[in-house]
Amino acid sequence: MGEQILNPTDIQDPEYFHKVIDCQFACPAHTRVPEYLRLISEEKYDDAYMINWESNVFPGILGRVCDRPCEPACRRRRVEDKAVAICRLKRVCADHKGDITKRFPAIPGQKNGKKIALIGGGPASLTVARDLLPLGYEIDLYDDQAEAGGFIRSQVPSFRLPKKVLDEEVSYILDMGVKAHFNTYISSMKEFLKKDYDAVFIGTGAPRGKDLDLPGRQEGKTFIHIGINWLASVQYGHVKKSGKTTLVIGGGNTAMDCCRTARRLGGEKVKVVVRGSRKKMKASEWEIEDALREDIPILEYLSPLAFVVEKGRLTGMTFQPSPEGPAPDQKEIFIPCDEVLIAVGQQNAFPWIEKDIGLIFNDSNRPKVDEITFQSSIKKIFFGGDAAFGPKNVITAVAHGHEAAISIDLFCRGEDLLNRPRPATTLAGQKMGLHDWMYHNEVSEQQRQAVPMASKVKSIKDRLMEVELGFDRKIGRTEALRCLNCDMQTVFSLPLCIECDACVDVCPTTCINFIQNDDEENLRAGLSIPAGNKSQDLYVSGLLPTGRVMVKDENVCLHCGLCAERCPTSAWDMQKYMYETAKAGGK
Amino acid sequence: MSSPRPGFRHPDLPKNDLGYTRRDYEGAASTLCAGCGHDSISNAIINACFELSLEPSGIAKMSGIGCSSKTPAYFLGKSHGFNSVHGRMPSIATGANMANRDLVYIGVSGDGDTASIGMGQFVHIVRRNLNMVYIVMNNGCYGLTKGQDSATADRGSAGKKGRPNPFESIDLCELAIALGAGFVARGFSGDKEQLVPLLKAAIGHRGFALVDVISPCVTFNNTAASTKSYQWVRDHMEATATFDFIPPRKEITTQYEKGTTQSVTLHDGGVVHLHKCDESIDVTRRRCAIDALEQHREKGRLLTGILHINETLKDTHEILETTETRLNTLMEKDLCPGNRVLQDMMENYR
Repeated sequence: MGEQILNPTDIQDPEYFHKVIDCQFACPAHTRVPEYLRLISEEKYDDAYMINWESNVFPGILGRVCDRPCEPACRRRRVEDKAVAICRLKRVCADHKGDITKRFPAIPGQKNGKKIALIGGGPASLTVARDLLPLGYEIDLYDDQAEAGGFIRSQVPSFRLPKKVLDEEVSYILDMGVKAHFNTYISSMKEFLKKDYDAVFIGTGAPRGKDLDLPGRQEGKTFIHIGINWLASVQYGHVKKSGKTTLVIGGGNTAMDCCRTARRLGGEKVKVVVRGSRKKMKASEWEIEDALREDIPILEYLSPLAFVVEKGRLTGMTFQPSPEGPAPDQKEIFIPCDEVLIAVGQQNAFPWIEKDIGLIFNDSNRPKVDEITFQSSIKKIFFGGDAAFGPKNVITAVAHGHEAAISIDLFCRGEDLLNRPRPATTLAGQKMGLHDWMYHNEVSEQQRQAVPMASKVKSIKDRLMEVELGFDRKIGRTEALRCLNCDMQTVFSLPLCIECDACVDVCPTTCINFIQNDDEENLRAGLSIPAGNKSQDLYVSGLLPTGRVMVKDENVCLHCGLCAERCPTSAWDMQKYMYETAKAGGK
Repeated sequence: MSSPRPGFRHPDLPKNDLGYTRRDYEGAASTLCAGCGHDSISNAIINACFELSLEPSGIAKMSGIGCSSKTPAYFLGKSHGFNSVHGRMPSIATGANMANRDLVYIGVSGDGDTASIGMGQFVHIVRRNLNMVYIVMNNGCYGLTKGQDSATADRGSAGKKGRPNPFESIDLCELAIALGAGFVARGFSGDKEQLVPLLKAAIGHRGFALVDVISPCVTFNNTAASTKSYQWVRDHMEATATFDFIPPRKEITTQYEKGTTQSVTLHDGGVVHLHKCDESIDVTRRRCAIDALEQHREKGRLLTGILHINETLKDTHEILETTETRLNTLMEKDLCPGNRVLQDMMENYR
């Protein structure tokens, strides 16, 4: 026996069961995924939308462009091949909902007297506005563009996110009473602070695209563009054509947006070039698939050397094949092109914040921001989104916005920023009869549903035409039923157990064991199927009358409820765990 | 009826020597009461057959009537099976075994099916030493007809109705030893660590192997006053020995201490190593085995484990001197070899 036997699992710890809900736990905003998927399976789209809206603010937008940290985490990937199409299902509730504006929180007519400024009109700022307006705050939003949305508007191409969807969800928030100052560039923080807001939130993103300082860059500058700037010019209609043979340098999602946009603007031969392997590209799997589907090859293991400019025209680029690639000894190669889009990353930039106002910056030219409170070194200035910790994604920006709103509220009330409201949790029994549960516990064996797509020929001709058409009600229902209901927790009651083994025998995935307690390593190795996935916890009971403990490996539990159905004493029960992150104004 | 069992299994499900997973030995979902001991025994059978790497098509499940006799539907779904008349499983098993001696026969019966209506059949199949494993799922009551006391209910034991049983009980193990069975064991459905090796050894034994498994009826006979309850059995069970069963062709790696360990080689080459809990019990001797059972009964204890083992006995086919060839493969040509053979035989008598 090992030295340190395991203590019984503390299921009162709000994070224990939260972690079992892999998708929700992985989501930066901790959206209650299984709950809204169940509602979609029941075609209750308004309810499903509101669960999303309260948590991630932009269900229709995120249902199209989210980075989907939930999907790699999905338990379904561990019992079969493919995750539930969570992101596309989110879109289903947004596409099929009715008028939900009546469900939005009431905005008090009587304000609380505090004025908050938001600089930058992207998802982080809009989230702060959404959370603070119902509490009576007055919100002034400043953005240098004509409309709110930030990078979701300027960078995400319309064939992935139609303007209509974006406008709808942005205006939900603006209509709650945001005083918006568009086309207003804040050029001096020093001057701005004189306005005497109670708190300032900065959500200006990471607006500077990295450049490639290579020979020929200056000579060829008419034909070489920074990816994010070029995308914005396309979105705003300043650029209407691309080169016939375009090279996109970089392997992130911006590169994917650039190459697909180039295809739509007349690019006949568009190629993506990456330094490393395709497998290590930063872009999401599905965005790479979409690019390949549009006949865009991805050339691996090539480091750019120079832009080749002849007679004032760009004719191509030279590359050095990487020593890790298939042709390590090959000398430099030349790839002809007439346009290059550089998408090799973004940086933070705060040229408008004077050095002498007292804000501390770190080495990466980013402000010093507290990771919990999002407060900067100047107490009334808060940061969030890409502006806080560098480029991430929309859902992370939303999560930042929620936390910053909590901090701003505590700050304005003069309370301790670290005394944060706790998540709301409940554990509710689901039993309706001997073999009858309040949730659909039958495990679907359907494969991940394919999403209908617009025809390639048509969509390549029109950059405004959305490529993914979304699931209809029926496919949505089928896909939603693939969810394993990981929020339906298997709750074990020690005093009721008679150790009859019924649960052990019936469990389809051999999760449950009754064995001698031991240290974690021995216990994991000693289960009837060893618990090798250490990211998943063991649920351990106290000592049973036979001197053993119940050990459940949470890894591949299907939440089918059979342990509870076959338990003669209800020592096992299926209980719905609701975990809702705290919002500003919460207790 | 429970919800349907999902189709997914653990992705790391181990494989046996035949390349099968445990799933290949599963049956349909159980319709017995939740927590029934019988379900545990079904799973112990699945585990034993999986671990022994038996070919599912080489097994025949035989049963009678009762909760116990329903269980063959819940294990070995790819094996042969015959659900026979109440108490008449031994006759059917005998017939099947005569026709095809190459299958592994697993008979499943209950205390009613064996000790009441089937008693006449039971004692004779023991006498004849038919090569089979005979499992009694023994819960001391008639669960299918609402829990009346059965013939194996101990005197004084009371089920859900609360009235103590006024009659003497039948100890099937003691009876089988007295009738000359070569392998007699008792297990408990709540202790698979003991039950699975017991079943494996029983399958390895040639001849009749009785495994009496105390299997609590959670619905009618799991009371504080019952001697077939989970609690009572756990509090009162003792084992003749803990043991290891080493299947044939597996290397023996453990070194056993002399004196306390006794080894018995089974017909198929498997070895049972018994590590005695009580020095005085020699399970290879019939009289000693009966003494041990009686002594424990007097003390109010339940003796479990291998109670008696004797590898020197002949099974039915040997006693009857049948041909090594399966009888069901003998054609008319083999059975009626013709006039010339008859004349040769006649010639021997002249």
